[in-house]
Amino acid sequence: MAVKVRIPTPLQRLTSGKEEVDGKPGTIIELINDLDRQYPGLGERISEAGKLRRFVNVYVNEEDIRFLKAEETQVKDGDEVSIVPAIAGG
Amino acid sequence: MGFVRGLKCRECEREYPVEPIYVCEFCFGPLEVVYDYDKIKKSLSREKIQSRTQNLWRYKELLPIEGEPSEALHTGFTPLTKAENLARLLGLRELYIKDDTVTHPTLSFKDRVVAVALAKAREFNFDTVACASTGNLAHSVSAQGARGGFKRFIFIPASLEYSKIIASLVYEPNLIAVDGNYDEVNRLCSEVANKYRWAFVNINIRPFYAEGSKTHGYEIVEQLGWRTPDNVVVPCASGSLMTKIWKSFKEMKEVGLIDRVTTKVFAAQATGCSPIVTAIKQGVDVIKPVKPNTIAKSLAIGNPADGFYATKVIKDSGGFGEDVSDDEIIKAIKLLAKTEGIFAETAGGVTLASAIKLIKEGYIKKDGLTVLCITGNGLKTQEALDGHTIKPYYIKPNLASFEEVLKEIQNVK
Repeated sequence: MAVKVRIPTPLQRLTSGKEEVDGKPGTIIELINDLDRQYPGLGERISEAGKLRRFVNVYVNEEDIRFLKAEETQVKDGDEVSIVPAIAGG
Repeated sequence: MGFVRGLKCRECEREYPVEPIYVCEFCFGPLEVVYDYDKIKKSLSREKIQSRTQNLWRYKELLPIEGEPSEALHTGFTPLTKAENLARLLGLRELYIKDDTVTHPTLSFKDRVVAVALAKAREFNFDTVACASTGNLAHSVSAQGARGGFKRFIFIPASLEYSKIIASLVYEPNLIAVDGNYDEVNRLCSEVANKYRWAFVNINIRPFYAEGSKTHGYEIVEQLGWRTPDNVVVPCASGSLMTKIWKSFKEMKEVGLIDRVTTKVFAAQATGCSPIVTAIKQGVDVIKPVKPNTIAKSLAIGNPADGFYATKVIKDSGGFGEDVSDDEIIKAIKLLAKTEGIFAETAGGVTLASAIKLIKEGYIKKDGLTVLCITGNGLKTQEALDGHTIKPYYIKPNLASFEEVLKEIQNVK
């Protein structure tokens, strides 16, 4: 088991079209750094200097991480993480 | 036609072709339609606009469509009503209501954005349209999508007002009532949009869809005799309408339809969901998401997509923002109805109640020309007024019974 990470369309070019990939447990930022090792370039698209970019929302088991511990939120095996563009709705 | 040059990221300015995409692949910034304003300036004039049918397509050069929108519904060009009774009460020199409670066909400003979105969905050859909605958008996509012959998937929070659910169901879309709030519906829809090739009007069609809101602003300017108001008060959910009204004024100057823009833009939200106004009051541009708790369900977006840009509009224009309680919202709905004969939904109550605060606080000057953007019809959210209206007089069907009541009424008055 690993952390399941859902990848939005704009990033699927970096994951060879995969909509879902496996990530490593730890904080969200550690997870992103690990994804960047697996899929080079992915990290800088969604984060900058250890922080998520303004227009990226991340959810852990459907909860917005800004209601949790933001980038320091811990994820464990079996958790589902969604990376979603912030510009939607309304 | 051909007034659209393409799409461009608002953040890093990378350019993209006109496609059903909404996010910059490099920085996740929002994509926006770019127009050839020089070409529009040469082609468009006040006279040309005024010679056209009174609907939103009279501004078609400034909308992101190709050719003629032949299948689209007649929508837009709602009244700009001079509100003299309300102005007198509030001590304002000049007050107008931009009355989108009577937008065709589903009685909210969403008919504007949906008309543009569906025209675009047709151009992109989609057979299915979809949306994440707090209610008004659901009605409009259901109705206009029915007429356009689209398959429709409409996602709403299951907790919406009953009357708002019925007003979608009547058009027989696939109505998906999600056990969650709007922000959860929206997140789910982003994931659905990722997987299915549908025209989600406020996701992958959003750069085009949102442009439809500009027509609310163009109409205000045209109906005021080609000038911008001194103050405009706009209800904020995602913040998109406010940013597009501001854009509409600036574009009209850019293409030479007006000489100057002197408007201050004011944001209105319910206290139970005020992430944008909170940021405005704190003077920051970072929007802290909230879990909404307000009767103004059509504005209950705790994680507003355009919140950042909304705060910029307030800063650029020198405006401000206010938030109001549920009680103030109800009082304002009733005030608008009994002074101007306009029955607005809860968002309208938010707008008027916020305006009243902004006037009292001196942010809106009494000697200016103020426009309130009233964006949806009160018949859609009657539950909000349950127990808050006056009562009917019940009588027997005879004259004596009536006159007994009449005496009572005259004694009170």
